Amino acid sequence: MANQTSSSSFVANLGKIYGVYTGGFIFFVLVLAVLEQMGVPNKILGYCFVFLTIGVYAYIGWISRTAEISEYYVAGRVVPPFFNGMATGADWMSAASFISMAGGLYLGGYGALGYVLGWTGGYVLVGVLLAPYLRKFGQFTVPDFLGVRYEGHTARVCGVVVLFCASFTYIVAQCFGIGIITSRFLDIPFEIAIFVGLLGILVCSMLGGMRAVTWTQVAQYIILIVAYLVPVVWLSTKLYGFPIPELTYGQALNEIAQLEQKLGILKPHVGAYVDAKGQFSWVEFNNFWALTLCLMIGTASLPHILMRYFTTPNVKDARTSVGWSIFFIFLLYFTAPAYAAFAKLEVYTNVIGQPISALPAWVQNWSQVGGLLTIKDANGDGILQLAEFIINQDIIVLSMPEIAGLPYVVSGLVAAGGLAAALSTADGLLLAIANALSHDIYYKMIDPKATTLKRLVVARVLLVGVALVGAAVAGTRPSGIIQMVAWAFSLAAAGLFAPLVLGIWWKRTTAAGAVAGMIVGFGICLFYLVGTRYFDMQLWFGIRNISSAVFGIPLAFVVTWAVSLMTAAPSKEMQDFVDSIRTPKGELAWVKGAVHD
Amino acid sequence: MAQLTPQQRDAYWQKTSRLMWIIMAWWFFFSFGVHFFAVQLNSITILGFPVGFYMAAQGSLISYVVLCFWNASAQNKIDEEFGVAED
Repeated sequence: MANQTSSSSFVANLGKIYGVYTGGFIFFVLVLAVLEQMGVPNKILGYCFVFLTIGVYAYIGWISRTAEISEYYVAGRVVPPFFNGMATGADWMSAASFISMAGGLYLGGYGALGYVLGWTGGYVLVGVLLAPYLRKFGQFTVPDFLGVRYEGHTARVCGVVVLFCASFTYIVAQCFGIGIITSRFLDIPFEIAIFVGLLGILVCSMLGGMRAVTWTQVAQYIILIVAYLVPVVWLSTKLYGFPIPELTYGQALNEIAQLEQKLGILKPHVGAYVDAKGQFSWVEFNNFWALTLCLMIGTASLPHILMRYFTTPNVKDARTSVGWSIFFIFLLYFTAPAYAAFAKLEVYTNVIGQPISALPAWVQNWSQVGGLLTIKDANGDGILQLAEFIINQDIIVLSMPEIAGLPYVVSGLVAAGGLAAALSTADGLLLAIANALSHDIYYKMIDPKATTLKRLVVARVLLVGVALVGAAVAGTRPSGIIQMVAWAFSLAAAGLFAPLVLGIWWKRTTAAGAVAGMIVGFGICLFYLVGTRYFDMQLWFGIRNISSAVFGIPLAFVVTWAVSLMTAAPSKEMQDFVDSIRTPKGELAWVKGAVHD
Repeated sequence: MAQLTPQQRDAYWQKTSRLMWIIMAWWFFFSFGVHFFAVQLNSITILGFPVGFYMAAQGSLISYVVLCFWNASAQNKIDEEFGVAED
């Protein structure tokens, strides 16, 4: 893969290569399963899963190393739609999807389905409104588009600021997830575990940039989807004798409803828009749609996702690729509610009501990981009551195989999957930040004459720097994974969606309008987020701060629209440029004031 | 024929925009419209699933996959009709 000819034969043989890889992975899991039966200790199995999978990613990262600018930034634009779909799936599904989402569903029931909807529906927006046009534009980064369309460095810098804030918040959440997994399965302290995981991130992305990240992400997708499906399919078969959990968990929902009555739980799992007492609540209703909206629009604004569509060979492939992306993401997302239902059923039937002294070993093991599981015999009767069992949403998925009494090899597999999800997203995010800083700030603004070598060195140094800071912040445990990720979506949505969409769909959008819209939209969102989180500010209309973009998004559109109409229309050249982005075929029109290359 | 006349270009963009609005309408329906009635839909149960819950957990997701592929193929047809599809 080091030179052009072997690179094209690599692309032609992708199906075969990843087919063999998948077979190899399954074989590896089976071998470990046999070893477990032969009495190999759990700790060793955990080490095997963590180190062997990271080793594979490192190997792919190493053979994909590159010294070419377009390979480094956009994987040479040769990624077929199907495989770009898989890579986007891994890029997309992070620790939040893999580790926390089913946990959120477990705790929140219907209310948490806002995450499921919000993290899938956004792809319709990506495919219809943005991806094909950004692909036609054909530069390296999202701020690049803003800089050219809105003629100058102001819009570019605003874009980089939003990108940085959103992606950095997101990276911290991933480092946190990586910390949880490595700490539990390697049996080392959380703060050290984060930095061990960090090495895993860096080996993939540092040498090969987007090219290495793309091909590791495909590999990571395969591992994470297998890891997610195996325990759920297993449980579905065990409980109902049928291996398609998406069809059988309706029965689990029924049994849960009966157990809820028996245990005296007021808030039903499937109840829509209910408060803690099980009554309909408008606050819950509003929060549900607000969260869905923010996550969807955030999807269509996050640069690490949008830049994946820069890597397809052409515009048509970018569109198809969005279809494959949502398909591969869908496979995990429509399984998550089943995961949650089975976990709840297992806990209600096999854990609650047991003597505390007789609880299995996993309770002890998980209690040691940073207070994520607590069991307290409040009434001193020696029997575990529902209120005495407090489990954090971030460990439901990871601990479920043990809760359900599956072999430890399944736990190891799930850990490897969670690690793949967190690493792949962290890689995509790191690359988005480092590329924006090295390409948009350093190359386009500070030193436009920099040599290729120097540009790549700067990109790599920044990558390592951002990764270290992200891990250090994660070590302070700022918040739960899913909350941090939702904030990232809100920040991106409020700052970037309006200028991107209007820049393509409304020719009249002016530079001043876009910049004003970005500043106001992002500003309000940040104000609400920081105010309610750190300064006890009153909630507006009861909307929680994970949906803080719900105020910023419409405001960004209104301000962009109003200021655009107050300023002079964009030049004829700019209007021709927009036309040339809108049609798949043909050259891009030249725009004055655009960056020269 | 890559170069379109202004009239052709407007017609092309009109068709593209129309497709965009249609897909957006379906997107809105499946993202918000259905779920506004989740409480009522939940009183119906199919295969053990309350329908309101089912729509948010699976139904809408299936519609998103369909919408994305539908958009890709419909837009390709428009591109070919106007001769702006890539070679």
